[in-house]
Parts: sequence; C-alpha cells; structure tokens
Amino acid sequence: MLENAYLIPFYPLLAFVVIIFFTRWKEKLSSYIAISMVLLAFVHSVFVMAAMLGRHGEPLEKIVTFISQPSLTLELGMYIDALTAVMLLVVTIVASCVQIYSLGYMHGDPRFSRYFSYLSLFTFSMLGLVIANNFFMIFIFWELVGLTSYLLIGFWFEKKSASDAGKKAFITTRIGDLGFIVGILILAAYAGTLNYQQVFEKVSSGALAPGIVTLAGIFIFCGAVGKSAQFPLHVWLPDAMEGPTPVSALIHAATMVAAGVYLVARAMTLFVGSAEAAMVVAVIGLITSLLAASIALTQNDIKRVLAYSTVSQLGYMIMALGLYGVDSAHGHHSPGYVAGTFHLMTHAFFKALLFLGAGSVIHAVHTNDIQDMGGLSKKMKITTITFFIASLSISGIFPLSGFWSKDEIVATTVGHPIFMIFTLAIAFMTAFYMFRLCFLTFTGKPRVQEKFDHAHESPKTMTYPLMFLAFLAIFAGWVGLPWLPHGFSSFVYHEEVHHAEPNYLLMLVSTIVALSGIGLSYLMYYKKSISADAIAEKIKPLYNLSYHKFYFDEIYNAVIIQPLLGLTNVLWWFDANVVDGFVNFIGWLTVKWADLKQWFDQYIVDGAVNGAGYFCMGASWLFRYLQSGSVQFYALTIIAAAIGLVIYRVTPLGFYYYLAGLLIMALSRVLARIFNNNRVKANSNVEG
Amino acid sequence: MGLLSYIIFLPLLGSLVILFLPKDNFKVIRWTSAFFSFIPMLLSFYLTYDYFFAFAGSSQMAYVEGPFQWISAISAQYFLGVDGISVPMVALTGLLSFLSILASFNIEKRVKEYFVFFLLLETGMMGVFVSLDFFLFYIFWEVMLVPMYFLIGIWGGPRKEYAAIKFFLYTLFGSIFMLVAILILYFTSNPHTLNILELIKTAPTLSHSLQLLCFAFFFVGFAIKVPVWPFHTWLPDAHVEAPTAVSVILAGVLLKMGTYGMLRVSWPMFPQGLKFFAIPIALLGLIGIIYGALVSMAQKDLKKLVAYSSVSHMGYCMLALGAFSSVTAMTGVMFQMVSHGLITGALFLLVGVLYDRAHTREIAAFGGLGVKIPVYTGLMVLFSMASLGLPGMSGFVSEFMVFVGSFSSFKIITALAVLGVVLTAAYMLRMVQRMFLGEFNIAKWGGLTEINLREILTVAPLAILTIIIGVYPGPLSNIMKATLENLVTLMAR
Repeated sequence: MLENAYLIPFYPLLAFVVIIFFTRWKEKLSSYIAISMVLLAFVHSVFVMAAMLGRHGEPLEKIVTFISQPSLTLELGMYIDALTAVMLLVVTIVASCVQIYSLGYMHGDPRFSRYFSYLSLFTFSMLGLVIANNFFMIFIFWELVGLTSYLLIGFWFEKKSASDAGKKAFITTRIGDLGFIVGILILAAYAGTLNYQQVFEKVSSGALAPGIVTLAGIFIFCGAVGKSAQFPLHVWLPDAMEGPTPVSALIHAATMVAAGVYLVARAMTLFVGSAEAAMVVAVIGLITSLLAASIALTQNDIKRVLAYSTVSQLGYMIMALGLYGVDSAHGHHSPGYVAGTFHLMTHAFFKALLFLGAGSVIHAVHTNDIQDMGGLSKKMKITTITFFIASLSISGIFPLSGFWSKDEIVATTVGHPIFMIFTLAIAFMTAFYMFRLCFLTFTGKPRVQEKFDHAHESPKTMTYPLMFLAFLAIFAGWVGLPWLPHGFSSFVYHEEVHHAEPNYLLMLVSTIVALSGIGLSYLMYYKKSISADAIAEKIKPLYNLSYHKFYFDEIYNAVIIQPLLGLTNVLWWFDANVVDGFVNFIGWLTVKWADLKQWFDQYIVDGAVNGAGYFCMGASWLFRYLQSGSVQFYALTIIAAAIGLVIYRVTPLGFYYYLAGLLIMALSRVLARIFNNNRVKANSNVEG
Repeated sequence: MGLLSYIIFLPLLGSLVILFLPKDNFKVIRWTSAFFSFIPMLLSFYLTYDYFFAFAGSSQMAYVEGPFQWISAISAQYFLGVDGISVPMVALTGLLSFLSILASFNIEKRVKEYFVFFLLLETGMMGVFVSLDFFLFYIFWEVMLVPMYFLIGIWGGPRKEYAAIKFFLYTLFGSIFMLVAILILYFTSNPHTLNILELIKTAPTLSHSLQLLCFAFFFVGFAIKVPVWPFHTWLPDAHVEAPTAVSVILAGVLLKMGTYGMLRVSWPMFPQGLKFFAIPIALLGLIGIIYGALVSMAQKDLKKLVAYSSVSHMGYCMLALGAFSSVTAMTGVMFQMVSHGLITGALFLLVGVLYDRAHTREIAAFGGLGVKIPVYTGLMVLFSMASLGLPGMSGFVSEFMVFVGSFSSFKIITALAVLGVVLTAAYMLRMVQRMFLGEFNIAKWGGLTEINLREILTVAPLAILTIIIGVYPGPLSNIMKATLENLVTLMAR
C-alpha cells in the first residue's frame, strides 16, 4: 500500500471525471461516487500511515520523468515521509467529513453534482500537492488547488460578491506565486535540480552560496504568503467566505491554506540554511497572527471571525517554523518544526469543526451576522456542544488538542522574548474572540426572534461529522503528549529528533492567559457586567481600525488596483493613437507623398511639356505680325533699325530707350489692331 | 513526389477542384474542401508519428525531396524537408486548417471563393514550414498573403478593407527587407546559392557588419509576423475584422511563421547578429508580455482582448528566443508556439460561436451566461485557464520552460516577465466574471442557445491536445530535442 501511495490522489480525480462526464445528471449517484472515492483515499492513507509508523518515518521516493532537458530534468514523483503521511490523513479525514456534511448542507442546490465534482477535483489537487517530491510538482498542484478554490468560492456565481471573491482569491494568491516561480527559477538555475532531496543536499553541503539560499528561501516563501493568506496578501481569505461553508471548512481553513505552512516545513532546509530568510518567515508569521487576531475581535460575521482566526493561527504556525529555522541556523535546539506541523494538524480538525458548526448555524438561521443570533443552544444541542469543544481547543485549554500544539508554539518562542510576549497576547485575543463568538451565537436571549423561531438542529449527515471532528478536536493532540516516548515529535521532525522536556511553567502561563481571555469575554458577552459598547467607545480609533480591517482593501484599491486599471487605459490609448497612430501616419504620409508626386507630375513635368507648346504658340502669334506683307511696314522697320544703329553708335543706353519706345509702339498697334478687330466683329454682329 | 509535396499541394488541388464545382451547391463545396484539408491533416499526423519513431533522435532533415534544379539561372531549387521544429508546425497547421474549414461551414456569402482561398492559404502555410530553399520559401511566404488579403477583405467585419490592406502592406513591407537580405546572401555566397541548409553552413563566415545587417533585415520581416512590439498593431485589426476561421489561422499558424523563420533562418545563420541583438530581443519580449497583457485588460471587445493576449503570449517566445544558449529556452519557444496555436485558436473559435448567436462581442453586454449556456461557459473557462498558464495544460509547460530557459541568461528580465502570469490571470478572470458570472439578463439573452455538436467538435480536439501536452509533454519534447540541441550549437558558433 505504501509503494503505490501515488494512487491516493487518483481516487478523487476519478470521481471528478466520472461525475463531470457521466453522472452529472444523477445527483445522488454523483455525491455517492465522490464520497466513496474520498473514503477510499482515506483508507489508503491509513495504510500508508501504518506503514510509515512501521518503518519509523523512513522516507520513500518514486520518480517518473515529466520532461527532460540537458540542463534540467523536470520530474513527477512521490515523496512519502512522516509529514506526508500525516498530511494525507488530515486531508482525507477533513475531506471525508466535509463531503458527507455537504450532503445535508448542499441539499437542493441546482448544481449539486457539480459541487461534488469540484470538491473531488480539489481533493485530488491537495493530495497531489502533499505527495509531491519536488518543487515543480508541488507548484503544479499548488496552482490546481488555487483553481478549485476559485471555482468553489465563486460557486454561487450569480452573486457578484461571490464571483468577485473568487477572482480576488485567485489573483492575490497568484501574486504570491510570482515569488514562488522566481524562487523555483533560482533553484533551477543554481542548484540545477528541483528535487527536494537533491536541493536540500546542495544546501546542506554548502554547494549553494548563502546569498542564493536566502533569495530562494524568501522567494519561495512568497508562495506561502499568498496561499496561507499571510500579511500583506491576507486580504483574500476573509472574502473567500462567500463560498459554501463546507468549502470554507475544507479549503479555507483546514487544508489548502495550510499548504503554505506545509511548503515552509517542506523547504525547511532552505531556512535552516539561511537565518535571514528564516527571520523573514518568523516576522511575517508574527505580524500576520497579531494583525488577524486583532481584526477578529470586532467582526460580526460568524465566518469572517473564523476566517481571521484562521489567518491568525496560520501565522502562528509560520512563525514557529521560522523561529525553528532561526534557532537551527544558529545551532540551537528548537521545537518549532514540530510545533508548526503539529499545530497544522490539530488546527485542521478544530477549525474544520468550527466552520462546519458555523455552517450548521447558518443553515438554521440563514444569516451570518452574530448580532442577529443568540440563544441558539436551546435549539441546536449538538452544534453548540461541538462548537464549544472546538473553541476550547483553539483557545488552548487543557487537555484538548489545541492545548498541546499551542503549548509547543509558545515553547518555541523561548529565547525570543518579543515573540513570546506577542504570542501570549495573541493567545489571549484568540480565547477572547472565540468565546465572544460562542456567547453571542449560542447563549443569552435571541436577538431576532423570527430567525430563532425558524432555527432547528441540522440533519444527521451534518451532525455526525461534527461529532467525529469534535472527537478529534479533543484527542488528536494526544499523539503529541510531551510524556510520550514515541509521540508526534519523534515521528515528524526535521533532520534529527529533539525531544523536548515538558515545560510546566509555560503550560501554566498559557493556560492562565487563555482562561483570562475566556473570562473577559464571559464577563462582557455572557454576564454583560462589562459593557462591550462602552469599551469600544473608549478606544474608538483602535476599534475602528480593527472593525475596518486596518483599511487594507481600501488602500490596495487606491494604491494598486485603480492605478493599474488607469494604466491599462492609458496604454490602450497609447497603442491606438501613438503606436498605431505612427503606422497610420506612415500610411497617410505615403498617400500624401503620392498626391504630391501627382501634383508635380501634372503641373511641373507635364506643365513643362505643355508650357513649351504654349510658348511656341504665343511666339508665333507675335511673330506673324512681322510677316504682314505690308511694304510700308518693312520700310519702316528698316528705317527704325537704321536709326537704332546710329543711336547705338552714339549712346548704347539711349538705344535701349529707343528700343523700348519701339516695342511700346508696336504693342499699342497690336492692341489697337485686336481692339479694332473686336469692334468690327461686334459691329458686324449688331448689324447681322 | 514525396509525402511533403502531397501535404503542400493537396489543398491546392482541392482549390482547383472547387473552381469547377457549381457555385450554388454549398454542401458539395463545403465537404470537398473539408476532404482536401482532412487528407493533409491525416498525412501531417502520420508525418509526426513516423518522424517521432524513425527520425526524432537525429537532427538531420527527414523526408527530404530534392534539391532539384528548378530555375538554374538563379540556382533556385525545389528542396523540401522537415526536422524537429517543422514537424510540430506542419501538424498544427494541418489540424487547425481542417478545424477552421469545419468552423467555416456556416459561411453563406460567396462560398466557393471562400474555400478556394482557404485551401490556397493552406498550401502557402504548409509550404513555408517545409521549404529549404529561399526562393521557394519566399514564394510560399508571399502566396499566403493573397488569399489572406481576400479572406479578410471580403468576409470580414465592418472595417475589413482597412484591416486587410493594413495586414497586406505591413507584411509586404517586412518581406521586402527579407528579400534584400536573401539577395545579399545570394550574391555573397560562392557559388551563388539559395539553399538554406548550405547558407546556414556558410553565412557565419560573412563579415560582422554584414551579419548584423542581414540579421536585422530578416528580423524586421519575421518580427512583423510574430508580431513583436511595436510592430503589432496590424494584429488586433486583422484578428478582429477577420471571420472566425481566419482569425484562428492567423493566430494559430501565421504568427508562428515569424518565430519559425527566426529559428529556421536568421538565428542559426547569423550567430554574431544574434549575440549582438540578444538583449534587445529579450527586452522586446518583456515589453510585449507586459504591454500586451495590460492593453488586453483595457479591451471592451472580447475578440480584441484575445487578439492582444496573442501579443502578450508571443512575447514569451521572444523572451526565450533571446536566451539562445539554452536548449530549454528553445524548447519553451516551440512549446509556446504549439500551445498558443491550440489555445488561442480555440478561444477564437469560441468567440465566433458566441458572436454567431449574439451578434455582439462587447464584454459588457453579457453577464451570468453560465446559467444559460453551461457547456459553452465550461469550455471558455477551460481555455481561459489554459491561456493564463494553469498547470495541467500546455500553456503552463511552455511558460515554465520559457522562464527556466531564459532565467539563466536574463535574471532580471525574466523575473519581471513572470509578472505577465498575474496580469494574464487578471484580464482573463475579469473577462470570465463579466461575461459568465453574476446575474443573468434573461430578458436580453433568454433566447441564447447552447454550443452545438459541430462547434464542440471543432473545439474538443484542441482541448484534448492542450491537456495531453500539459500532462504528458515528453513526446512533443522528444520530437524536437535533437534538432534544438543542434540548433543551439549552431547558434553558439
């Protein structure tokens, strides 16, 4: 079963193909095909996990060539180690729960079959991403999960907000992918391979210059920033909540958004090889976590609170992994790698549960606004209990899953005091906003009676997955109990096992922090002994910043999107008028040149020919008067010429005057002649 | 007569046959032309298949015909042959010609002339891809222009005359430079020859300045065809005004003549010119990618959007062509040529399908079509995704190869070119959203009908090939591998 683990992604792919081409018209059948295939993938993953446990995490790699070039061979393959095995299980478990849950949630949707086909396509892509053995292949599936995310966020595409959100998600994550591509290009150019193990070997052996490792690490991390919705590309994830809620649970909480964390964990050797890159990772993780947690405090949309919570928790994981890189680069031990991956797993379960619980609530009251809810615990027992379990888990309350993984993260910050303070602050905020959500939704009096009256517990297809996930939200973390000799940390690790001793002081501190967060929200939203509104009023500017999500969308719109759209129009004008204008100008010039040549031809060249003709005609017209045949005229001419000669002899200048006089006389005679002729003609006309 | 001659001249024969058919019998004319493009398509597939198994390992010309003396006064020869870079182009031309003819079955105006011109065009295109003699090459190059001029000028849209003349003159302008360069080559060779393979051997011995000159002249000729920014403005006009099938051929085949010409002629012939101009060429590629994408984003007409996307996508080819020392980059160029032919061909076909029904291509006029025509929407989304380089489809493989290949030569330029990936996603998804998502205007488009079987059949092969190449590019890469390796050594001289 381990040997052919590459089959795991193909089960859901098969479901996708079958549904799209053959069973699209049969809704029930389509959904059953999808569910049975994902269950099959789950069973296979269980066997893979068993086999990996049997061989103590000894990795297995299989490779086929995709395309081979002299300088670089692109390959497809599978690389199964402990981390992969864990991820396979997490993905297939959550995907199974979500698909079963969707039977109830999506019941009656006109595109029911298509929904299941998309979910299958997503599961295929996500599993492919997990088993990839090289950066090229992970990028392929990285983009494919992006596609399915796009399709599913915009699943109800008639709503403009949904199609907007899908587009935003795709484009924003692609901005991160720019960096990812460049990182891959750097590795391809300098390491000559994209295979994880070969790249890491080159990094560890120092065959790559440190500067290159840093660059590659940071650029590859850009991909994670996009996909895991880290600052400054976090803006797409809250909007992605426009998709159906089970989709949010699967893609935008448990699996796809965790892909960035997985990528950082996978590429950990790069960050261990470069403390600078690792520090960038840690800082971005911390900023994101803090930012998102502070936004989550004031949101009223149940799904958006959870979305910001997801962003915040992902930041946690990223930070832990980054700190691991920093510490390891300096030769210190750190539980960060285990913490990040462990929290990735526990978070997947309790966050999926939270989303599915929220879906159950939305299904019942048809609103996302927690201000319109309240008192739902009376009508929705199972949903309420499971939601509270998940909230306790994410808040880090002993002995639930979240406690153990969060404790590891806090332990990672030992030695980084600034990180530790903020980490604890985030833990406090997390506990606060989660229980604000719980109290506002499930306890107190219904604030909108009509909605409350319609509310009902969801069908079994929805509650069973909730219960199963609640079980995992409690117990899944126990695989990482610090007292276990062969627990999570000795299974999933980077390079070598660091078995950390349990730190009871830290446990105590983080428990106190979590409890005080819960306590505060209990006082504010359950007891109402502290007025939330009064506090909000007191810190109005801060409250507004949080409520308006620090105005990221507005800033991006003003600074990037609008200028870009403006630029496109400017360039389009430039293209039509300047570039094409030049072409048309050349055309116009050619035509004008041709016109000019025609004019020249007509008036100058042809004009010269005709001009010669006219000249001759004019000259002959003049000269014929010399040949009038009148003897007196001839005699006169001779005398005039003789006089002229004499004058010329005496004074040459006078001759010219004389000649001019003669010409004038001749001309006046000619004119008189013409005039007379005309008069005679006119007279004869009158007489005639 | 060998296989290649059949592939070239069967369409010509077809157009002669159609001349003798009654002009009112549309059915006979249509099926005759379908037949005379179907056989060359099969032959071109057979050629690909056979080349793959028999010749792919070597960089030698295969299926050589000639050289036969033709016009001995100017030592013009009849000389045909194919290698790893022409075989995919021949197959692409065969496929797209046949599909375009199928897509032209709804032409009602002057049907007979239309198909006569179309088959003549196919002869010209095939000829360019298999000629190994400059005289022949140039003749086919010009032969293509004439039917194209009439196809746009008679069956085109509202501004067809302008577009047709612009296309014709612009290309002719380029080919004059090419002709001068050919004449220079002819007169400097000793003994005088027009044999391309001979000239590839001898031309690098030309003086440095002469190489630069010839390279530049050929470049202008080819660049206009690609089109390289800033020679691209004939393209949106020609593409938009041309009837659907002609746009497919323009985008799918004619643009590739430019890049093919570079790979076949000027790149291996003038290594010094190439070295001198490599960086400017890569820069022009970068400008094309970004500029084309941005201008695409501003388009209101769907067909114009696709047309400008071609400028952007062919920019990837130019970028990689600048990185002449990398086999990967050259593979990227070839993949991008094939992939762009398939994807953009399909996009134009789909645009035509919608235009036939809605009689408008204005993006803003639509909205929410996904409800009414889901199959059409699915296909359009599929090809939009292919166009924006989604993995699993050919566009991704080609873009990735282009990036990897170019990065070793141009770090910054390539890193900037990667921006094109996001911009492409932006304009494609914006288009998809505005046309197919959102609220459906039932009063306006309630009567819109779903894509029919014939139309699906014209697009389906392109979809299948796009996915096959995207998932399993090995065979295509093997066809061209030996040729490209040899080409890179020639360019390194």
